[in-house]
Amino acid sequence: MAEKKQIEVKVNGTSYKREVEPRLLLGDFLREELALTGTHFGCEHGVCGACTVMLNGSSVRSCLMFAVQANGSEIMTVEGIADGDQMHPLQQSFWDHHGLQCGFCTSGMLITALDLIKNFPLASDEEIRLGLSGNLCRCTGYQNIVTSVREAAKQMRAKKAA
Amino acid sequence: MKPPAFEYIAVRTTDEAISQLAKHKTAKILAGGQSLTPMLNFRLAHPDMLIDINPIKELDYIREQNGGLRIGALTRHRLIESSKLVRDKLPILAVAAGEVGHLAIRTRGTFGGSLAHADPAAEFPMIALLLDAEIKARSASGERTIKTKDFLVSYLQSAVADGELVTEVYIPGIPAHSGWGFHELCRRPGDFALAAVCAIVTMNGSKCSNARIAMAGVGATALRAPEAEALLKGKAPDAALFKQAGQKASDASDPSNDVHASADFRRHLVDELTQRALKDAVERAAKA
Repeated sequence: MAEKKQIEVKVNGTSYKREVEPRLLLGDFLREELALTGTHFGCEHGVCGACTVMLNGSSVRSCLMFAVQANGSEIMTVEGIADGDQMHPLQQSFWDHHGLQCGFCTSGMLITALDLIKNFPLASDEEIRLGLSGNLCRCTGYQNIVTSVREAAKQMRAKKAA
Repeated sequence: MKPPAFEYIAVRTTDEAISQLAKHKTAKILAGGQSLTPMLNFRLAHPDMLIDINPIKELDYIREQNGGLRIGALTRHRLIESSKLVRDKLPILAVAAGEVGHLAIRTRGTFGGSLAHADPAAEFPMIALLLDAEIKARSASGERTIKTKDFLVSYLQSAVADGELVTEVYIPGIPAHSGWGFHELCRRPGDFALAAVCAIVTMNGSKCSNARIAMAGVGATALRAPEAEALLKGKAPDAALFKQAGQKASDASDPSNDVHASADFRRHLVDELTQRALKDAVERAAKA
């Protein structure tokens, strides 16, 4: 086994110091080491998006990064989106517009949506679909997810402008 | 599956990376990791060591030079896609960047890494070939510059030698009165191209003074279409000419059959996408 490495990483606002094997994937670190099982593995090669987390403010595939690489970084997982018991407007929108069924893709959808809403105009449903195209869903047929993101974006941006 | 075990070292400077590469002859460079890590997860690759170059800040830049762009090897696709400098000077590069994989992939994936990985269906090697980009690689014995056509050797094989690190890509500027076209066909956004064609057409009045055509997904590497390019030179472009060029480009392609598409279908795509790319390029040249 390769020599373990010391890492320090902030996840959802809490700092963690751990020793990890270099080959430990970031997603496995979050799930197994930190018991944050909201992040899911669907394909382990970057195409399904279920493992998507926020790293230093941008969405990344946690199946395509090693935990050692996250040393010194700030990560947000789905567990960190809500404000205590108060759902984030994006989560509320998924609730209101029935944007999830089994929930397996949902954590990845939420992280990707947050990245999109912050950084892209999303002027149309087509743009939202394109932005979410890296997140696969087997249950919903995507329409309610698109609606959830569209409505959340409207709300979040109106609030920001206010 | 989970990756096999490997030794890991993170380096902070290009010099450190070179010295580690010289010390550990069988080590692999870890840049964006968006192509390498899937290979490790599938256990298709078993490197004994990874040299993580992500902390090297000095390789992350986009700069102007002589009307062209110098792009550091560690520049992320996402940055290239959104960079105002790239959108102004070389919009085709920004468009190609936006086609690479998905948003999360683009957050980590790097320009140098994409070229070094040399996937024949990837966007960036095709664009580099179209634009006659020059790739700088450094090793303990010095630095060399490699033209893209020499850099892309074969399927997933680049000219990067043992102990070498890609540091920068220089993309020469595009002449005035030029327009670009970019067409990629895949079944879902973010997929590798079944076929992609890109073109730059430079106009002199109503006649084409120069044309460049490159394609991806239809050979062991990205390919140019020199006969198609020659066909357009000095002529007034129209649909009939585009059709001829499309046929020539298709003849220049070398696709294979696989589960995603047959060789015949890919040849047809090259023909069709070439026509569309040329049409767009000429239209854009008129506005330039």
